[in-house]
Amino acid sequence: MNFIISILFSGFAVSTLILIPWVGVGAFDLRVLFGVIVPYAAMATFFIGIIVRVIDWGKSPVPFRIPTTAGQEWSFPWIKSNPIDNPRGTGGVIVRMILEVLLFRSLFRNTRLEYRNADSSPRIDYEWEKWLWLAALAFHWAFLVIFLRHFRFFMEPIPSFVHLLDNLDGFLQLGVLPFNGLGVPCVYISDLLMLAAVTYLFFRRLYIPQMRYISLPADYFPLFLILALGLTGVLMRYFLRVDITAVKELAIGLFKFSPTVPEGIGVIFYIHLFILSVLIAYFPFSKLMHFAGVFLSPTRNLSNNNRFVRHVNPWDYPVQTHTYDEYEDEFRERMIEVGLPVEKEIEPKEEPKEEPKEEEKE
Amino acid sequence: MADTPKPDELAKIDHTPLVFRGWMDTQPEIRPGIACYGSKSKDLKYVDMPNPRDWSPFDDDWKLPENWQETIHEGFKDRLDRFRSFKLFMDICVRCGACADKCHFFIGSGDPKNMPVMRAELLRSVYRKKFTVGGKLLGRLAGARELTEDALKELWYYLYQCTECRRCSLFCPYGIDMAEITIMGRELTNLVGLNIDWIAAPVANCYRTGNHLGIQPHAYKDMLDFFTDEIEDITGLRMEQDLNRKGAEILFITPSGDVFADPGTFTCMGYMMLFHYLKDLGLDITWSTYASEGGNFGYFTSHEMAKRLNAKMYAEAKRLGVKWILGGECGHMWRVLNQYMDTFNGPADFLEEPVSPITGTRFENAKTTKMTHIIEFTADLIKNNKLKLDPSRNDNLKVTFHDSCNPARGMGILEEPRYVIKNVCNNFYEMPPGTIREQTFCCGSGAGLNAGENMESRMRGGLPRANAVKFVHEKHDVNMLACICAIDRAVLPNLMEYWVPDVEVTGVHEMVANALVFEGEKKRTTDLRGEPLPGMEDEEDV
Repeated sequence: MNFIISILFSGFAVSTLILIPWVGVGAFDLRVLFGVIVPYAAMATFFIGIIVRVIDWGKSPVPFRIPTTAGQEWSFPWIKSNPIDNPRGTGGVIVRMILEVLLFRSLFRNTRLEYRNADSSPRIDYEWEKWLWLAALAFHWAFLVIFLRHFRFFMEPIPSFVHLLDNLDGFLQLGVLPFNGLGVPCVYISDLLMLAAVTYLFFRRLYIPQMRYISLPADYFPLFLILALGLTGVLMRYFLRVDITAVKELAIGLFKFSPTVPEGIGVIFYIHLFILSVLIAYFPFSKLMHFAGVFLSPTRNLSNNNRFVRHVNPWDYPVQTHTYDEYEDEFRERMIEVGLPVEKEIEPKEEPKEEPKEEEKE
Repeated sequence: MADTPKPDELAKIDHTPLVFRGWMDTQPEIRPGIACYGSKSKDLKYVDMPNPRDWSPFDDDWKLPENWQETIHEGFKDRLDRFRSFKLFMDICVRCGACADKCHFFIGSGDPKNMPVMRAELLRSVYRKKFTVGGKLLGRLAGARELTEDALKELWYYLYQCTECRRCSLFCPYGIDMAEITIMGRELTNLVGLNIDWIAAPVANCYRTGNHLGIQPHAYKDMLDFFTDEIEDITGLRMEQDLNRKGAEILFITPSGDVFADPGTFTCMGYMMLFHYLKDLGLDITWSTYASEGGNFGYFTSHEMAKRLNAKMYAEAKRLGVKWILGGECGHMWRVLNQYMDTFNGPADFLEEPVSPITGTRFENAKTTKMTHIIEFTADLIKNNKLKLDPSRNDNLKVTFHDSCNPARGMGILEEPRYVIKNVCNNFYEMPPGTIREQTFCCGSGAGLNAGENMESRMRGGLPRANAVKFVHEKHDVNMLACICAIDRAVLPNLMEYWVPDVEVTGVHEMVANALVFEGEKKRTTDLRGEPLPGMEDEEDV
């Protein structure tokens, strides 16, 4: 299997997923299935799946406290310690985790290997490389903003934070060229950022040889899925307008558990909704679980305090050891010869040559 | 033993993997020079490890037990249930590739399966096939594959090309730690008797004689006596050490490598001189022949074996009735002591919180383990002006410091060694950022891979470290690489000789002892290595 197969497989899978609601709603008018049943099933899978996964992780204990220390430990008052990257207690861990989860601190350390071998003399450099961090940050934050903006479809009245986000996100006041001023709504920065970031994340998998080598269909598939989700959303907002009032009726119905399926919503909406459903249903079974896993990661969420706060291993069991007595029994004679102190003397001291046999009787 | 290619040959490294052949379709050739020898029957038997027999990784038949596949699958399941780290690290990798070019083995070999993410995937693919729905249904498309004999061999080959240095885990956005995965993977290979000789033999030795090198008590004493004579030649003072003495206040434990081979022996002499110096100031310390190993090759075998070997430290402290334990300069030793010992074999409630008898400083950060790092101990002495030092004795040295992986990323001892070095020598230069402190590069021979037969792999793995040394060697004329790790002292000289021939290797306490001015010592003309001190080149007194 190589990257071509991986990409083709993922591309084919996502294309099929687009076709399903297209045909389902477009040709067979299965609006209840795609507007109600599938979203509910997906949500149930999402929530139950995540809970099951996290509980499953939680069931495995943390026998040892193994933080990766990334700075000076706490030692003397006159040595400056790094309380965040080498946390001494819970406070430091919380700050470390916040920086990790919100700002991807570890990824920010990223560098790029530059290997030159001129005149048979290797020279290794570690170059500036923040693009991955930047794209990851842009992607996740933009996704969050887009998600929050969608609350205007689920809630009536629209919460004020959504208005605020809308204004901030749309502050560029740009229309879509060349339709500026022709009734096309202004462009959200988050839309642009997310699509750009996802595209970058895809191309870097293709372009960087090592990335190409390690990438699995499980890496391309969610990227394509999210790209499709974003593109259908953008299409809907800027080009293939759908009846927003009807969409909102459907969405609010879903959230109030009294689903209705209004007439007249374009197929594009059902495609968008179906892809979202697939994405969230896929979530618990995939690498996307990293969003929950990062909180549980023992190399990040523990203090480096093993030497002053005891950590107990819940499944600790006694092990066989080689005791001092067994050790001395084997070496007693030679220990005595060189004057090392021993626990038990050898009885007939005058004739050391016969000692081993005597010793065994003890 | 395979011939190691010359440096200019070895430096031709291509980091671009095959384009059209995926990693599941390539099987590595298990190559002399890269792989270590297989564990020997007698060593596994001595410590009751499974499937003892003599075998070679270069043979086709690895003499696996009948039900090896089942054994590994069961062991896998068992470890997923016991270690959250393992389960999580199997599940949450997104293959972002941040770790890929952070591994010294990948940098030095270009072998794509040495990218941490890839090495982990070798194990994850087996996990997916056996334990996940997607893997069972979709197989290769889900990145899953059967645990065939070839897959096992490949896994073994790469698990024993990881030095558990944790550099990758520093860069991982989820903290996935290849060291942890390697530890689990090695536990699995050990279930079917696939250890390497260079780990299994020291483990058996350590179990029996108390140290990896198999030094028996009388020989251990002989070695310290020999160093006492050497020290007397240099200083004119006789600095006898106590061994196995009951009732001492402090038990000192250091890696056995320090008593065995240069330049570790000079570090050992350094400890001896420091202890003698402090004797009059109230230091009451003993060495032990039973707990004569600071390091722990059991840790490269399994958690259980680590615990079995580590048990000697507290047991001996209890038997001798000491108050606390002082530990020598060593890398993985300190990861075990810091992150495992108390959990393994504590609580050490028969000991007391360490207090320096010289300065009165309470080592609060060792409150429960009761074990203090000698670099902390010495830094505190210097800070409190308890040592009379003449750093000019080290003026012939231009020093740089190699942070050992484990004290850096499994503990965080970064400043203390620098503080000590700057007080005992006048010329100190840092290697470039990105290669030191928490981002330090491995020596390339840690985690039990400091054998002789895998020299090519070691020189490859050590290349990033050596290259950074070369940089300061060319820029500042650095001629001494200091470290606080016994494996470093054993392996870096080879690495320097290979990549940066004019640089030697030293432990920090060797330089401390060189600078230490004793009451009543004769005029010193040489350093601990018998080389003339600066300005003494013409003295005849050697």
